Amino acid sequence: MPNLVESYDIVVVGAGHAGCEAALACARLGMETIMFTVSVDSIALMPCNPNIGGSSKGHLVREIDALGGEMGKNIDKTFIQSKMLNRSKGPAVHSLRAQADKQDYTREMRKTLENTDHLTIRQAEVSEIIVKDGELAGVKTYSGAIYHCKAAILCTGTYLNARCIYGDVSNPTGPNGLQAARHLTDSLRQNGVEMYRFKTGTPARVDKRSIDFTRMEEQFGDERVVPFSFTTDPDSVQKDQVSCWLTYTNETTHEIIRANLDRSPLFSGAIEGTGPRYCPSIEDKVVKFADKNRHQVFIEPEGLHTNEMYLGGMSSSLPEDVQYAMYKTVPGLEHVRIVRNAYAIEYDCINPRQLKPTLEFKMIRGLFSGGQFNGSSGYEEAAAQGLIAGINAVMELKGKQQIVLDRSQAYIGVLIDDLVTKENHEPYRMMTSRAEYRLLLRQDNADLRLSEIGYEVGLIDESRWQSVQEKKQAIDREIKRLEETTVGTTASVQALLKKYDSTPLNSGATLAELIKRPELDYEKLAEIDENRPQLDERVCEQVNINIKYEGYIRRQLQQVAQFKKLEGRKLDPEFDYTKISGLRKEAVQKLNLYKPMSIGQASRISGVSPADISVLLVYLTGK
Amino acid sequence: MQKDTIAAIATGMSQAGIGIIRISGPEAISAADRLYRSKCGKKRLAESASHTIHYGYIYDGGQLLDEVLVSVMKGPHSYTGEDTVEINCHGGILVVKRILEAVLKTEVRPADPGEFTKRAFLNGRLDLSQAEAVIDVINSRNDFALKSSVSQLKGSLSGKIREVREKLLYQIAFIESALDDPEHISLDGYPEQLLDTINPLALQLSELLKSYDNGHILSDGIKTVILGKPNAGKSSLLNILAGRERAIVTDIAGTTRDILEEQIILDGIGISLVDTAGIRKTEDAVEKIGVSRAKDQAKDADLIIYVVDSSVPLDENDLEIIELIQNRKSIVLLNKSDLETYVSVEELQDRTDKKVISVSARENTGIEALTEAIKEMFYSGDVSINEELYITNERHKIALQNAYKSLELVKSSIEGGLPEDFFSIDLMDAYEQLGVILGESVEEDLVNEIFSKFCMGK
Repeated sequence: MPNLVESYDIVVVGAGHAGCEAALACARLGMETIMFTVSVDSIALMPCNPNIGGSSKGHLVREIDALGGEMGKNIDKTFIQSKMLNRSKGPAVHSLRAQADKQDYTREMRKTLENTDHLTIRQAEVSEIIVKDGELAGVKTYSGAIYHCKAAILCTGTYLNARCIYGDVSNPTGPNGLQAARHLTDSLRQNGVEMYRFKTGTPARVDKRSIDFTRMEEQFGDERVVPFSFTTDPDSVQKDQVSCWLTYTNETTHEIIRANLDRSPLFSGAIEGTGPRYCPSIEDKVVKFADKNRHQVFIEPEGLHTNEMYLGGMSSSLPEDVQYAMYKTVPGLEHVRIVRNAYAIEYDCINPRQLKPTLEFKMIRGLFSGGQFNGSSGYEEAAAQGLIAGINAVMELKGKQQIVLDRSQAYIGVLIDDLVTKENHEPYRMMTSRAEYRLLLRQDNADLRLSEIGYEVGLIDESRWQSVQEKKQAIDREIKRLEETTVGTTASVQALLKKYDSTPLNSGATLAELIKRPELDYEKLAEIDENRPQLDERVCEQVNINIKYEGYIRRQLQQVAQFKKLEGRKLDPEFDYTKISGLRKEAVQKLNLYKPMSIGQASRISGVSPADISVLLVYLTGK
Repeated sequence: MQKDTIAAIATGMSQAGIGIIRISGPEAISAADRLYRSKCGKKRLAESASHTIHYGYIYDGGQLLDEVLVSVMKGPHSYTGEDTVEINCHGGILVVKRILEAVLKTEVRPADPGEFTKRAFLNGRLDLSQAEAVIDVINSRNDFALKSSVSQLKGSLSGKIREVREKLLYQIAFIESALDDPEHISLDGYPEQLLDTINPLALQLSELLKSYDNGHILSDGIKTVILGKPNAGKSSLLNILAGRERAIVTDIAGTTRDILEEQIILDGIGISLVDTAGIRKTEDAVEKIGVSRAKDQAKDADLIIYVVDSSVPLDENDLEIIELIQNRKSIVLLNKSDLETYVSVEELQDRTDKKVISVSARENTGIEALTEAIKEMFYSGDVSINEELYITNERHKIALQNAYKSLELVKSSIEGGLPEDFFSIDLMDAYEQLGVILGESVEEDLVNEIFSKFCMGK
């Protein structure tokens, strides 16, 4: 007999970035929620890089925030350096990245969780899921305790059957030596879940006192910090920032790596899991980009109250003596002392094809999942899925419409659609190139795109929704005003144009027309714009982007309209595709395996060709 | 699954030598067997091998309809991919129709427009662009158009488009990977490089587009509008070229008050010949409308034939027409060369700067020179036409135009100094538009539109 039996609405397994967002969403929407972790001290742990955001990941954090998630707020409280990346490029690829104080990040998130009503935190290893008639009924822990529930969200990260490896050392632990989860995989398999084995890695942490910073380039934060969360007052995040440092590997480094490749478990075959192409170890980079004679190494602080520094760009699973040898060839690291070795980690995850776009398992009602368990990589990707899985678990229990963001609405939509639709054989990392409509999916307009959904599900409150609507109106008003305000060929106008090397006017022009000139923008026209109202900086930013890139935005909207037509052609998820004779055999197999929800989704399945889609379209109209 | 069996007349509804009734579907052979008797009276189509032809008779009940050749093709090796029977009978609308009616008395239903080709497509026998070329083959009115459609069917257009598309894709991929991996891939100097790549691509597209001018002439015929003042002999010219009395010709000026159109084939070139009301200042309300229609027709003509009455001096009406044909492809005919002339070839050449040919519609002289001039104008004298790629399809033209415009937008983004990530929006558009031609970009509304354009029988 089990010694303990309890009942909750929702069980969340794991307290990483996915688990935290899932549990908060469920509890905040009024569900009695219990969250399990193998170590309460490791809530929202950042076991790899000490930063949040970056190219396209910054977009995800903004979207999480707009939907009512926590990640943006938490990093705003705990960042120690912040930068808007890609400023020289278009607004679509501007990306916010902040260095976190890792311990602060964990502590702040834990504080938030511990003070959320309806949320219970429990240290225990979940070892089984209990499924009755295709529906999730509860979970069982290793101690034998049973927790009945109506829905569960699996966010096990890199802990399932985890193994940490460097050289010939192999530790059966999760990241950072934390206890791995040894039993859940078997239970999932027994319930028909198909598992994958993935691999990722992390570089060494070294002692700051052993680094010669004079041999490196100092990397400062931005002068004016932009917060992640739309709710954070920009003035509140202007503070002293720490620096990061940039140095490079060289031919000597690469020679050492090449000479020791046979001792790398990645190349010797000791690692069976598939690693990410987009977050390669230094040995991968040296092999793959053989013609590159140097690679960047970013030295980043792990926090304000530790001397540990992270060696960004040099993750590895080489033996520790080789790690020492190669690190010491890097300028500034000649006398480096390692605090924690670099290592590769292998773990179990699922083939995400088994999930609906809502992140619920197709064959087990009430079972949801998010994060690295779904085959993704990265804190932000995990948090985004955790949030969506949490929201949808609640919507299911409440009998409401679950949310599925499409590829034209959000990076989150692209992320989940890719995971559940495309064949994925490596940890999935978000990238700007994965988003077809990225000019619309900017990090600066995430609140305008998604707050309404956050408000409808109940994670965004009335006053915040009001202020988003007011912002929208202010933007529209100001754009209209600029389109209707004409300036003549006055001396002050010509002087301003001359100042910015812009062609003088022959006749009148609207301010909007002037903003479209590459060398001008909204800000620069202030002195000739007599009736300009006092507006929030975030409103001004939207006004400028929307006017300046109006033609491009319009064309992208046309692309979206075309895309929506195929998305709108719904397919029956129960349909048997062997009934259509014109489809190629491979397409039939894939379509029967994935059971897409729409023609649009079907068109993205690998192995389904445009010709197959034409056949589907003709068949559908023929019926 | 297409479970039912369909039939239609596969040849045109004309007095051709042979008519074909096509039946396709699971019951095709058994349905044909019910109507067919072999010469010896014993052989059954169901027992015969695939791809064989059988001589015999078609009966409707007890009544003999015709002596026929019947071909049997078993699926999947047939045009539609299904069991198919083709009954080749003697032409003549009546016989062909009666046989079809007899076929439809069995469990066979009439085919919808384009249904045979649609089935061929659904059964994986044709891809979309091939299916589409089938329409052009069917609808082509002349030899040149047919050759062009056949070459599209074989995929020479696809080859050229695919080449351009691959080059675009490479550039898109390069930009995207540089955005994702700035550490390894630099975009320094890239915009200029991109410009060098897309300039020749844009040129290729514009050349293909130019061929549409000729291409659509191939499939619809050269739209040739006859202009002239009243009683210059326009309708006589139409009648001569058409080879029959199509227009009413009288000595009374202003006899033709509306537009008359006639399809003719001139040495293999399809021509859509339009006769118009004579152009003159008039108070007659009906004639006024005719004159304004004539001018409208002239606006979208591929070629204007301006007929001048050489037996009367040029007047203000002629001057108006000369104004009208400026900057247009046109030929001037100096008619009534058999009468006493007030207007000379030289004078007209001076005023119009066009080729002037002296003819007599009444005596039927000078017509050959006219035919030669038309041929020369469109094919520059040489007939290498079948070796070149012509765009003959309106949809292809639009897609090409869109792709071309997108490349122009990329150029202006580069010249405007916009960041690299903006280039890919329009590059992608160009890529997708070209994909539309190949059927590799799927557009929801397109597929059905294509099949609804088919004429009955294919």
